[in-house]
Amino acid sequence: MVTENRTLRVLIAKPGLDGHDRGAKVVARALRDAGMEVIYTGIRQTPEMIAEAALQEDVDVVGLSILSGAHLELFPRVIAELEKRGVTDVLLFCGGIIPEGDIPAIQQMGFKGVFGPGTDTNDIIAFLRENVTEKQ
Amino acid sequence: MQPTELIERVAAGDRRALARAITHVEADNAAGREVLAGLYARTGRAQTIGITGSAGVGKSTLVAALAREERRRGRTVGIVAVDPSSPFSHGAILGDRIRMQDLTADGGVFMRSMASRGNLGGLAETASGVVDVMDAAGYDVVIVETVGAGQDEVEVATATQTTVLVTTPAGGDDVQSMKAGLMEIAQVMVVNKADIAGAETAAMQLRALLAIAPARAWEPPILMTVARNNEGLDALVDKIDAHQDYLRTSGHADEERRALAEAQIVSLARAALHRQALETAQGEGILAALVDEVAARRQDPRAAAGVLLEAVRKHWGRG
Ligand SMILES: Nc1nc2c(ncn2[C@@H]2O[C@H](COP(=O)(O)OP(=O)(O)O)[C@@H](O)[C@H]2O)c(=O)[nH]1
Ligand SMILES: [Mg+2]
Repeated sequence: MVTENRTLRVLIAKPGLDGHDRGAKVVARALRDAGMEVIYTGIRQTPEMIAEAALQEDVDVVGLSILSGAHLELFPRVIAELEKRGVTDVLLFCGGIIPEGDIPAIQQMGFKGVFGPGTDTNDIIAFLRENVTEKQ
Repeated sequence: MQPTELIERVAAGDRRALARAITHVEADNAAGREVLAGLYARTGRAQTIGITGSAGVGKSTLVAALAREERRRGRTVGIVAVDPSSPFSHGAILGDRIRMQDLTADGGVFMRSMASRGNLGGLAETASGVVDVMDAAGYDVVIVETVGAGQDEVEVATATQTTVLVTTPAGGDDVQSMKAGLMEIAQVMVVNKADIAGAETAAMQLRALLAIAPARAWEPPILMTVARNNEGLDALVDKIDAHQDYLRTSGHADEERRALAEAQIVSLARAALHRQALETAQGEGILAALVDEVAARRQDPRAAAGVLLEAVRKHWGRG
């Protein structure tokens, strides 16, 4: 938990080729309404673009939204690109269409939060506030 | 990372340190002030450009196109894009990167999104700090995008040397009602979206407005662009360069530098005073008590402002 009363910065990104971002936008708006600053980069982001944006924007949190089913392939590449840049102190979460059976593997990769379709955005907000850590 | 390490690493071109230094400057904390003081000697080398205009005129698209043209000319580019915070939640959705996607992969470009945070007129202060950090990090050109809407944004223009005011053919009324201050601070005028009808008319309106404005040693040129297709950017960069040359070489260069320095000092001091005064008033519960009085119409707001000023004066007299 953060003690200091600072503004959380969150990158919401859509890796892969799926074309619509309704869900990502709903989450972005909810986080804004909870007082967070959301950097929204649009659809079709490569792992390099996501990691580079996370670095330049010095975000506290990276949230990935995915509907295409390519999460097991794309998520590790995002993490590898983040590590390559030394961005290792961000809180990771993801949402979208993710089969129950894949969740343990995704958590193993380092995603602390995995949220399926229809998640109450208040749960995501509470999760972020609870889990974000102080920057070093 | 401690401020001393941040200073060294920013100076050495470390992008992660740069990103973290900006975070501190934005938070206006002790580390941020230390970093700025430590880097200041390295500033003053970058060309600094402000891009301002109403929401939707294509500023972000234009900034991206401008950055591409600067890169074509072999210059590295730092970008700061400022968007308003929600007055209700103080949160923000910062979407300017959407228009700059292709630049993310370019190691010669560093782009940062910033929310105005609506904090007591301190936006100009913060923006000029972020510009200084990028300048010290060695970027040849630093571009600041702001929504030109209020006093804060006019002051942000003092953070950059060359201010470009962006309008569109559809923005005729917009130009008419444009804050007088904004016209005066612009050194280059752009009619963007010149692919849609009415661009010539919009340019004519601007020309007419300039004709009745007080004469200036630098006459702001009026250009047309289609930012979405990277059209007109060559001429825009030429004009920005010309203004920068003018700043360096004309007989007025010194005068303008002094005017800019004065505007910068006054605006920074104003923001700091404003913040300190409100902190004092809030800290001692004075403001809340006055708000009660005025809201109930027991006291008039001018008298209340006087009481607040008196309290601040006493407080500072003690400190
Ligand atoms: N027709 C036309 N549309 C443009 C041009 N430049 C930008 N736009 C569009 O204008 C809209 C707003 O652009 P954006 O750069 O986000 O504007 P900003 O709010 O001023 O930063 C987008 O839909 C752009 O695609 C242009 O030169 N011509
Ligand atoms: Mg914009």
